[in-house]
Formats: sequence, structure tokens, C-alpha cells
Amino acid sequence: MVYLTRKAEFSASHFYHNPKLSPEENQRIFGKCNNPHGHGHNYTLEVTVGGNVDQRSGFVIDLKQLKEIMNREVIEGLDHRHLNKEVPEFRDKIPTTENLAIAIWNRLAGKLNGAKLHRVRVYETDDLFVDVYGEP
Amino acid sequence: MKAHLTRRYKFSASHRLHSPDFSDQQNRDIYGKCNNPHGHGHNYKVEVTLSGRPDPETGMVCNLADLDGFAERVLMPRFQFSNLNELDAFRNLVPTTENLSRELFHLFRDQFQLATVEKIRIEETMMNSFEYAGGHELGAR
Repeated sequence: MVYLTRKAEFSASHFYHNPKLSPEENQRIFGKCNNPHGHGHNYTLEVTVGGNVDQRSGFVIDLKQLKEIMNREVIEGLDHRHLNKEVPEFRDKIPTTENLAIAIWNRLAGKLNGAKLHRVRVYETDDLFVDVYGEP
Repeated sequence: MKAHLTRRYKFSASHRLHSPDFSDQQNRDIYGKCNNPHGHGHNYKVEVTLSGRPDPETGMVCNLADLDGFAERVLMPRFQFSNLNELDAFRNLVPTTENLSRELFHLFRDQFQLATVEKIRIEETMMNSFEYAGGHELGAR
């Protein structure tokens, strides 16, 4: 098995707020991230695909196709968007980096032309990232 | 779905690699420049990986404020601008970054209870990095 990783970047805004909690509780748990006007990040996405190397092409997956799939399924819907207000997964879920990585996993799983999605990594900043491997 | 959250911290510390199990000449041969009796230092970058299913109420594996607070209270005072050889953990242990990885894994696992500690990864320099997951295989991760 060979693993291949493709990077992409997107910029988006978000804020953290749970409507079931009081304003004080929201402020206590989420701090600055609770600002209702939101704030933004330059996110970096890394998608790792695993598979056997095709004898004829020498590829695990055609990188051009992987790039197109990532653009279509993920980047177009997230880049320069407000995650809370414009991205359906976050209508009733807080757009933390954890939930963002899970949402991206769900958007890509099963859509990689037969190659196996191994890992989705989302960097919110250089010092904070989340990995998802599709474990329940 | 399970998520693995990684947070990066930085500290600067000095160390000297020298083992009493070897002669002075053997120490010089094995550790080279790192055996300099006056020590030398690094800007260490430490990555702590925690895992769990995000809490439905907060969307988080662990509140970063709690993890950062722990690092500020426990990690930084002990390691920032320290000489690793002087620390209790390295009284009888060579302060290689292999051993530092194990020490920090146990520090977080034993004292930070708010999420499962999966792994420590340390960059000693841009060229060297070390990972320890409590003895578990890292596989293709």
C-alpha cells in the first residue's frame, strides 16, 4: 500500500455558539470564538489516499482527478464562506476544526474513484490541526 | 466519528548527551558534538495529539483553553529555558529526544485527564523529529 497526500487551502469564517446554552455559558466555554460577528482562518487541507500502485499508470490515484474531486466536493463549498451560515453541515453543529475535518471526510469518502481515503487533516493554524481516519 | 486533535507548543532548553555506562572516550565517539561538557540547546517543538469523539455540546475533543492552560501550568514552567540534564526525569537517563518524547507522553497521559493522549511528536531541529505513542505502533499515521 502506498499513501499519497494532496494539499489544498481555503479561507472561511466561523464562530462557536451553542443555542441550547446561556450566553454566559457560551462565553465561558468558547471565549473569543463566541463573537457572533465571527472570525476567520486560512485553513490547509491535506487529503491522504492509500492504495496499490496501478501497474500501467504507476499511480495510486490520478492526482489531477484527486485535485478536481477535492475542489468540487470541498473547496467550492467552503472557500470564502461563513461556515455557520452557508455550509449545511453546520446548520446545527458547531464548526470546530474537529467537526470540519469530519464533514470533509464525509464529503470525500467513497468518491475517490475506487482509491481508499486514509486520512483527512485540517490545519486551522500552524499550531493546531485535526486528523480523521473514519473511525467510528 | 473519532477525531485526533494536535496542538503544538514550543520551548527552548539545553542538554548534554553523556551516559555513565560508557567511558569518556566512548561517550565522545557515540555522541560527538552532543557530548560537549558545556551542553548546547534547541528550540523544541512539541506536538501533543489527543483523541475522542467531539462532544455534541461543544463540537470539541477537548477545550483548547484547558489544554493550553495545562501546558502553561505544567509543561512550560518545567521545560522552558531549562537544562534537561538537571531535571529529575533525566538524573539517570540520557536526555535524548527519544527519551524526552517518552517523558512528555507520560507527563500528559498521567496528568491531563480531559481527553485520551494518543501521541507526542517532537521536532528537535527542522531536520529531526521523534514520535512516541506509548509503545503503540504508529502505522501509516
